[in-house]
Amino acid sequence: MSIKFSIRTTAIRWSFIGLLLAGGFPGLVMFGRGGLTAHAAPLPSIRVRAIPAFARKYGLPCSACHTAWPELNNFGQVFRDNGYQLGNERDSPIWQNPSYFPVTFRMTPQWHRESTNNLAVDSIPGGGPASTLVSGKVQQNGFDLSGMDLWTAGTLYRNISFSLLPSADSTGAFHFEAAWVRFDNLKGSSWLNVKVGKFELDNLISEKRFLFLSANGGIYQSYHYDVPGTINDFGYGDNQLGVELAGHSKNSYTRYSVAVLSSNDGNVGFTSGSGAPSNRGYDVNLAFSQAFNGGSLGLQRIGAFSYFGQRPTYYQTSTGSDGSTVALIGFGNKPFYRVGVAGDFFLKKLEFLPSFMYGHDNAYLGAGIPSTSPLPPGAKAPAFVAGFLESHYYVSPQLVFFGRFEKIGVAQQAFVNAGFPNDYGNVTAYSVGYRWYPIMFSRAGLAWHSEYSIAKSNGFLPLSGNGGGLQVFSLTSPVWSSSVMLGFDFDF
Amino acid sequence: MTKKSVLVTFALGIATVFIADSPANFAQESHVGNLAGNASSGKQLYRRFCIGCHGPEGDGNGENAQWIDPKPRDFTAATFKCRSTPTGTLPTDQDLDHAIQRGFVTTNMPSWNPLTPQQRADLVAYIKTFSPRWTGEKPGTPINIPPETAVTIQSILHGRELFQKMECWKCHGPAGHGDGPSASTLTDSKDNPIRPYNFSTGSRFKCGETNQDLYRIFITGVDGTPMPSFADVIQPNDAWDLVHFLRTLQALRTPEADMWKKYAAEHATEIKPIGPNAGGGR
Repeated sequence: MSIKFSIRTTAIRWSFIGLLLAGGFPGLVMFGRGGLTAHAAPLPSIRVRAIPAFARKYGLPCSACHTAWPELNNFGQVFRDNGYQLGNERDSPIWQNPSYFPVTFRMTPQWHRESTNNLAVDSIPGGGPASTLVSGKVQQNGFDLSGMDLWTAGTLYRNISFSLLPSADSTGAFHFEAAWVRFDNLKGSSWLNVKVGKFELDNLISEKRFLFLSANGGIYQSYHYDVPGTINDFGYGDNQLGVELAGHSKNSYTRYSVAVLSSNDGNVGFTSGSGAPSNRGYDVNLAFSQAFNGGSLGLQRIGAFSYFGQRPTYYQTSTGSDGSTVALIGFGNKPFYRVGVAGDFFLKKLEFLPSFMYGHDNAYLGAGIPSTSPLPPGAKAPAFVAGFLESHYYVSPQLVFFGRFEKIGVAQQAFVNAGFPNDYGNVTAYSVGYRWYPIMFSRAGLAWHSEYSIAKSNGFLPLSGNGGGLQVFSLTSPVWSSSVMLGFDFDF
Repeated sequence: MTKKSVLVTFALGIATVFIADSPANFAQESHVGNLAGNASSGKQLYRRFCIGCHGPEGDGNGENAQWIDPKPRDFTAATFKCRSTPTGTLPTDQDLDHAIQRGFVTTNMPSWNPLTPQQRADLVAYIKTFSPRWTGEKPGTPINIPPETAVTIQSILHGRELFQKMECWKCHGPAGHGDGPSASTLTDSKDNPIRPYNFSTGSRFKCGETNQDLYRIFITGVDGTPMPSFADVIQPNDAWDLVHFLRTLQALRTPEADMWKKYAAEHATEIKPIGPNAGGGR
């Protein structure tokens, strides 16, 4: 059996990897997620965004819009909120030299090491009748590639902006991470902007534009967490399909958004993350933030968010021509929600990004039974509490140190986990690293990226996807998964 | 006292005078409203936001300057287009802050309104370190802008007369399209070609968007460009009349434009064209 090590910048739900073991079991195996031994949520697909094409278009260095790319500063946020327009009456593509092409490429050749313990491995390599499953650590290291972003964005016309992001994993398998059209400044007002397509939720703390790249550090655990055992597949950090109404003050100190989204976690073709048919329902995301002038300390921002969704508990089915049962459409929708607050605070060169989230799924989602059936005795709504504190220190526009501590606690286990330890499903994660940008100009970007991240998942496989497809050996022991990553992150 | 000691004492005294009242201290600071900007903080911000166009030496020769038209401002020359001060004098710190905050429409200079006021004040302080002018002289005294006169058709017609008589049309064109007979020959202070403002496009001017901003442009001139100051040749009321007329040239819905449109429809045969041999502009 081959073991999957996910690369955070490239991860897609189904990853392909080959590993030649000493016992001679080569091959490529397709992995997915499912079951109690792995988290219910699908493997997150993470992209990180910075587009030198804008720098080329407007003649600004990357540092004008980014604290340290890809993270945006407030000027970059305003540019983005304005629909990738500077508002200098030269934003329409007709004003550009026809040779200008708004496309950027990003990739990260790297060396990395992944290590995950408490996995069930053969006591004798190769298995066999005398072999049993024992708790083992699986560690691999070597040179590797990330996936690739091939991103185009900008204006189709004045106040009509777009983004198209085909994104590949490290094998070159593409999917559409984002694709939308946005009508900006409707009725001449920055408070009215409508976006349609697939897009990132309007998170104050964006996972798409943060500084982490490793398998275990390159996701916000809470953005992809569901209480183990729930059949809910929602990830707050997953791009969603729908329509968003958003607005902002001229300097983006005040921002709001309201989005109506299909209840399928951004999957196309009316499917859900597991590949099953989606329902006919819609979710709603609300976000608001307010920035304050902190004087010499810098800009301070606080915000709140809430996501209200629903997922099916059973399916309309039919019998296929081969006699198998075919799921058609999801029914029996039951609700869930995620609410939280976040902030972005500066003490001159030091930035703090705290986040707190509470998640709650309906008891039927936690029990995994059709809503037409009575709940089993003792079934309760699974819930969790999550938070992280991230910090950056910007020595200069070309050198930034970063770190993050994150913790998730299960407040209420899913029914299917009745009898499991109270801390089953808890997560603790740490990340540290730095990025050095040897060049900082208006044509392209290059960063030397160094990062160490480690995550502890109590009784289930890490959200990074390391060890995907394997079993956790002991539900009562934590799974520690660590990543070391050294790479050149380039962006043209 | 020996001759040598006298000379040393004299030199020390001169040095003391300079240090005590060092314009260098003045140049390293800015005062915008209640905020004091600091050049050392501004330097870091300049490196982040400005260096790509204005260059590490502030001379407008940033890496992108070759692709930009109009060229980035050369801070070493300390010649600034948009000021509240008379032509030939330095702008105030407030003028520089406004320029940063407003940006320059139709150029690569964006509005830096998303920066905090303190950040802009720091940038102003740093920009002032690029030219020795800031160490040797103080900013000019802001001009006085009198209350605007009433917008009447008489005011607009008089402004039209002035537009003809003062030969504004030679650069800006009879209809204000920036296509006057002299337009193609114009160069700025660095001998780069420069076009007069085209009133029929855009929603605002480089130096603002209000009638007061337009008035200020006449009186202070646009230094570094062929647009002179009319402070010595125009009276305040005349300047307001000119403002009101210029508003009729814009593709904007303004009280002046509405008034002129109505008048022009009713008196089409009486209105003489602007330009050579126009006979007065009425």
